[in-house]
Amino acid sequence: MLRYLLKKALILLLSLWCVLTGTFFLMHAIPGDPFIGDRMIPQEVLNSLYTYYGLDQPLYIQYIKYLRGVLSFDLGPSIVYQGRTVNEVIREGFPISAYIGVQALILAIPMGVLLGTWAALKRSKWQDGAAMAISTLGVSVPNFIFASLLQFVFSVKLHWLPVARWGTFAHTILPTLSLAALPAAYIARLTRSNMVEVLQQDYIRTAQSKGLPLLRIAITHGLRNALLPVISYLGPVTAQILTGSFMIEKIFAIPGLGQWMIHSIAGRDYPMIMGLTIFFSSFLILSMFVVDVGYSLLDPRIRNGKDSPYD
Amino acid sequence: MIEEVAVRHRTFYQETWNRLRSNRAAYISAWILLTISLLAAFAPTLSPYSYTQLHLELKNTPPSLHFWFGTDELGRDLFTRVWWGARISLFIGITAATIDLILGVVWASMASYFGGKIEEALMRICDILHSIPYLLVVIFLTVIRGCGLVTILIAMTITGWIGMARIVRAQILNLKQNDYILAARAIGASPARIMIRHLIPNAIGPIIATMTLTVPSAIFTEAFLSFLGLGIQAPAASWGVMMNDGLNAMRYYPWRLFFPALMITVTTISFNLLGNALRDALDPRLRT
Repeated sequence: MLRYLLKKALILLLSLWCVLTGTFFLMHAIPGDPFIGDRMIPQEVLNSLYTYYGLDQPLYIQYIKYLRGVLSFDLGPSIVYQGRTVNEVIREGFPISAYIGVQALILAIPMGVLLGTWAALKRSKWQDGAAMAISTLGVSVPNFIFASLLQFVFSVKLHWLPVARWGTFAHTILPTLSLAALPAAYIARLTRSNMVEVLQQDYIRTAQSKGLPLLRIAITHGLRNALLPVISYLGPVTAQILTGSFMIEKIFAIPGLGQWMIHSIAGRDYPMIMGLTIFFSSFLILSMFVVDVGYSLLDPRIRNGKDSPYD
Repeated sequence: MIEEVAVRHRTFYQETWNRLRSNRAAYISAWILLTISLLAAFAPTLSPYSYTQLHLELKNTPPSLHFWFGTDELGRDLFTRVWWGARISLFIGITAATIDLILGVVWASMASYFGGKIEEALMRICDILHSIPYLLVVIFLTVIRGCGLVTILIAMTITGWIGMARIVRAQILNLKQNDYILAARAIGASPARIMIRHLIPNAIGPIIATMTLTVPSAIFTEAFLSFLGLGIQAPAASWGVMMNDGLNAMRYYPWRLFFPALMITVTTISFNLLGNALRDALDPRLRT
């Protein structure tokens, strides 16, 4: 167990280091100068800007300073938005993105589990076909298409819900639905295939021969075992919801972190892009780590590492 | 005398083909994909309009007999542009999948070939790169290198091959335990020959399935990049670029969103259904 944890932690640290180093050196490989655009800037101003952003120092000193900054959670200033730091933007935007993300997860997990279980119990009947058709659609339709469809039908045509922006609960309904669709569909497929496998096990037959009702068997014996792999999927789900939020927040004009990312890409605000990339990546790498560790606590087969082909 | 067995012998590929054909959804998907490819190849040349030709007096006309899919804000024929976009989107999807395939298979077979410390190191590199979020890498690289087809392909494949490498490695690990590998070793086949003649051909099922599933994800990633303003630049248009344009005009000219969105959706669904069916059909353990 300890060995497993150590190995995971080492991979975590190395991934974080790769992200930090990769972003730093890629940023410095950009040809041109962040301050020389269409405007003419006097040399003295340029020099003081270089000093302010530390660009006049040798690369390795910049790298060390940068690492030190990131490790003390200081992601530096924005270039386009005067006087704003990346930290402020994260503090402002992250709660909004997290709110929709968590709401989407709360919707997606039960929906996916229910749909998958239902399909597995009615295996090869029309209910199974219908559930799997829905989840194939959910997996295949890109979420920005789904989001714009929802927006078109429920806001533009039917006027039931606000078209965009942020404020009341009604504003969060469509974004949450659009974000939840993909993870819900994945979880449904995963639950179904695990459930189908689990339902063929001997202990299920034993429970059946004891005369337990099917629903009880499915919930107490089946789901408990079928849900384990679903838990391991929660890491990638977080990634899907997070990157999904880029598009959803743009379509619904939500002032979350995804929207900031899009703005900074459009404005070529490199320090901001770098800061947000680091934040997003670290967040995702950490949540993968947490999910991995949690999963290994629940399923002893994983931490002994013999069954998994990857470890 | 040995009696001839009445069952006709069928090769692996015939058997796979039969099983694939019995899966109706996959069969239809394959036909849809073939149709889309043919239209992408020929429709732009057969159409009376070119994809850059402007009809400034006919901006945003709805679908009609002249313009089957309507026109966009510059009066360009959307029918021509959709099939032109199909070329770009399919090209990106298939090229990305092919590069992933080559890198992944080479990496995984190198790891298994050398074994020991080198294998350990190569697979740990995979683990580390695998935990770095894919879409963020793609975005960051495209931002840094500037837009363009080559940049998009580089960004997509720089960590995209990891999935393929892991799958191939897992397959090889499983296959290596088989008796025929032991037999091949015993008669003195070289490790390279075993790799090329036995291990990789036997892993072909998951490899093809993974490749089929990579294509729609690459098309989706390209659409995602276009959405962030990092896609193919005008006047060329991929489906993603056209969708992004259409999104802004959705309220008044919904057809501008509808047709590219429909194409992306139909293509991804078809590839997904086909990929899943291929994975089942190529798995010899499911053979009856």
